[in-house]
Amino acid sequence: MTATFSPAASFKRVELDPLAAAVQDRFRASVSLSRGDGGVALSIMLLEPSSLSELCKFLFWDAGCSFGGLIVEERQGKWRLSYLFLAAGSGWIEMLLQVPSSASSVPSISSEVHAADWHEREAEDLFGLQFEGHPRLGDFVLHDQVWPEGAAPHRRLQRKSMDAHQAYFRRRPNPDWRPLLVVRDPGAFAMPVGPVYEGGLGQSVHFLLETVGEDVVRAVPRLFYNFRAVEKIAEGEPVSRALLLAERFAATSSFAHSLAFSLAIERMSGAEVPVRAKHLRILLGELERLRHHAGAITGICESTALAVAASQAAIIEERLLRASCQFTGHRYLFGLNTPGGLRRDFTNESFAELLKSVDLAASDLRVLEERLNFTSSFLDRLEDVGLVSPDQARDLNFMGPVGRASARCHDLRLECPYGGYEGYTFEVPREVEGDGYARLRVLFQEAYQSANLIHQAAERLQPGPVTARCEAPFGGVALGWAEAPIGAALHWVRLDEAGLVERYRIITASFNNWHGFRVAVEDFAFQDFPIILATFGLSATECDR
Amino acid sequence: MSFWFWHGIRKGVQTTRYPRAPESAGGVTPGRPVTTEFHFAEEAALAAANCPVDAIAADGKWARVDLRRCIHCQRCHFGEPHALEWRSDYEWATAPTEKYEALPRSYRRSLHIIVVDAGDCGACLHEVKQLNNPLYNMHRLGMFFTATPRAADVLLVVGPVSENMRGPLLKTYEAMPDPKRVVAVGACAINGGVFGHTFMSAGGAASVLPVNLEIPGDPPPPLAVLDGLLVVAGRKPLVLNESPVERNA
Repeated sequence: MTATFSPAASFKRVELDPLAAAVQDRFRASVSLSRGDGGVALSIMLLEPSSLSELCKFLFWDAGCSFGGLIVEERQGKWRLSYLFLAAGSGWIEMLLQVPSSASSVPSISSEVHAADWHEREAEDLFGLQFEGHPRLGDFVLHDQVWPEGAAPHRRLQRKSMDAHQAYFRRRPNPDWRPLLVVRDPGAFAMPVGPVYEGGLGQSVHFLLETVGEDVVRAVPRLFYNFRAVEKIAEGEPVSRALLLAERFAATSSFAHSLAFSLAIERMSGAEVPVRAKHLRILLGELERLRHHAGAITGICESTALAVAASQAAIIEERLLRASCQFTGHRYLFGLNTPGGLRRDFTNESFAELLKSVDLAASDLRVLEERLNFTSSFLDRLEDVGLVSPDQARDLNFMGPVGRASARCHDLRLECPYGGYEGYTFEVPREVEGDGYARLRVLFQEAYQSANLIHQAAERLQPGPVTARCEAPFGGVALGWAEAPIGAALHWVRLDEAGLVERYRIITASFNNWHGFRVAVEDFAFQDFPIILATFGLSATECDR
Repeated sequence: MSFWFWHGIRKGVQTTRYPRAPESAGGVTPGRPVTTEFHFAEEAALAAANCPVDAIAADGKWARVDLRRCIHCQRCHFGEPHALEWRSDYEWATAPTEKYEALPRSYRRSLHIIVVDAGDCGACLHEVKQLNNPLYNMHRLGMFFTATPRAADVLLVVGPVSENMRGPLLKTYEAMPDPKRVVAVGACAINGGVFGHTFMSAGGAASVLPVNLEIPGDPPPPLAVLDGLLVVAGRKPLVLNESPVERNA
């Protein structure tokens, strides 16, 4: 019972002009609207911080925009906070709030837009900026047992910009530190999982599962074990070096991230990417999605201990890794994207080989899906497990396949096309049940769509150059985005007058989806936990950066 | 659900014959740059300047490669006039000290492994995980991932060791019984890779733990990790084919 919708019918377009008029009308005294630049369609400058939360509520709930993320920047003696919203079909809306550096707090919007919760906690930890009205700040990116309060390592200290490579005061781990427990019932206890579990084959995440017995009452994920401060390391580096970071902070979707970064630089410099490179980028991006989804399906089969199916899915994934390597020279598609296009071209024979591998993978996946659909012991463990209702999905702004399994249709390829997706025909699969099985079906359908897109891209290729000249401009700001396999990836870059990175902000779907992950786990039994985790297919390293 | 049984059987044996015979399937390894002789010293200097992580050093007409630093960015691989020769092998484990001391004989066919993701980007961890899939199937060699450090003989460290993982990594190491070996998998675990040494990254496992073996690459393919594990188990001598190549351009 897979219900797929044609792209035109699947998302509700939000028109910019009526929206701008409504904002102007409702918040007359406190806003100043302008056409945005650097990838932003509309820029709303907020003059009155007190109406921040009202305006965000209006954009998110009344106007129907989805939340993109929060970009905090310390610039010219001011805090510059930029809240991104996506008006589906029309582009990005940037809501800008500037307060003097001396101001230590800004209003919180988390109680209106729940998806902003973690963004504010992150900003508090890294910049020391307080969000008034936020129920729980602290102990987030910088874990409390090691880091002192008020560390704020991302700040530029007294104009003497903090060097990412300098040692930082770190206290010895406090053995008496205990996490904050939420459940206070008699007999309640917390079951800790991680950060090293499954023989270390799981990613570094810690879960505090609070329970009174069988069911998980509260789940508190503790992330940022993999935090490498990529945004801070990039500061002061040339674009070519920041590109390496964009590519390598989350390898399972490295192509999408390097693409989003390259798009931002291209937008800033005004470089026009050659047509051949555009099609090749779509081909490679979809190859990555196909491989990623094969891996996610392997994970789901493994979590239910269905050994044969897991093995078969793993073979499909490994074959795709090999095909990627034969085609591009790297199993994870490193070293291909560059601002201006692609670093290298491919021969016609290698396309034939690749298409053969893709077809084989797609047909193997179809066989696998059919068999899984007839394995009742497997379906029993997925159906009605890890439920996320459409309302919750909207509330928590779920992105990627997880959101699309709960009736959302958030896909940047459709809602805000980039890099040439406008000319392609594809469907964005959508399910409404919001359980583990729905998420599995979405993964399968998306994999088939990707295989199809790879064919379309290969057919459109015409001989030509794959790289255009793209010099990093001296000063500028731009937003680049791409739909990574896990969901929307936003890369926001500001270059200084020397052409070096001044501030780099990466917003990933994993960060957003980890925030909402708890609703799927709560009220389910312990033995469902690994399965729910697998059906979400989240990446800790993409979240942590 | 008996069809799974038949489905599995019908697929036949997919497993590589390595280490009995070399694996020649396409795409099992990205290969590696090797020390190359150019016609002119200027070309070698260009090749060295082109490398973003200083893995290539110019020495007259020679461009010498330090594989431990290589992040497989491929900037010295394709097309460009100063491209180096690449060798597509995968047996490239190295020892940080003069000589690697293998585990005692009793470990040769029973090796228990624990992995710690210490700030990894996901690639190395993913490649290590691939050793469990039927195409590599490391169980046939008596190697197993174990869920507890108490039962582990080998610690695979992936990632540059982020500050928040320093504690869990040390705890895992201390919980392992002697004799034990630590293997740094990937450029990040060897020297920090692109993340380097910062306030949030220790710049490699060696700054926290005694490392016995290094497996370069970003990420090293599963066969390179398997090769390293065979060396750890004492089933294979540690040899790296470092013979340089003359560029036949």
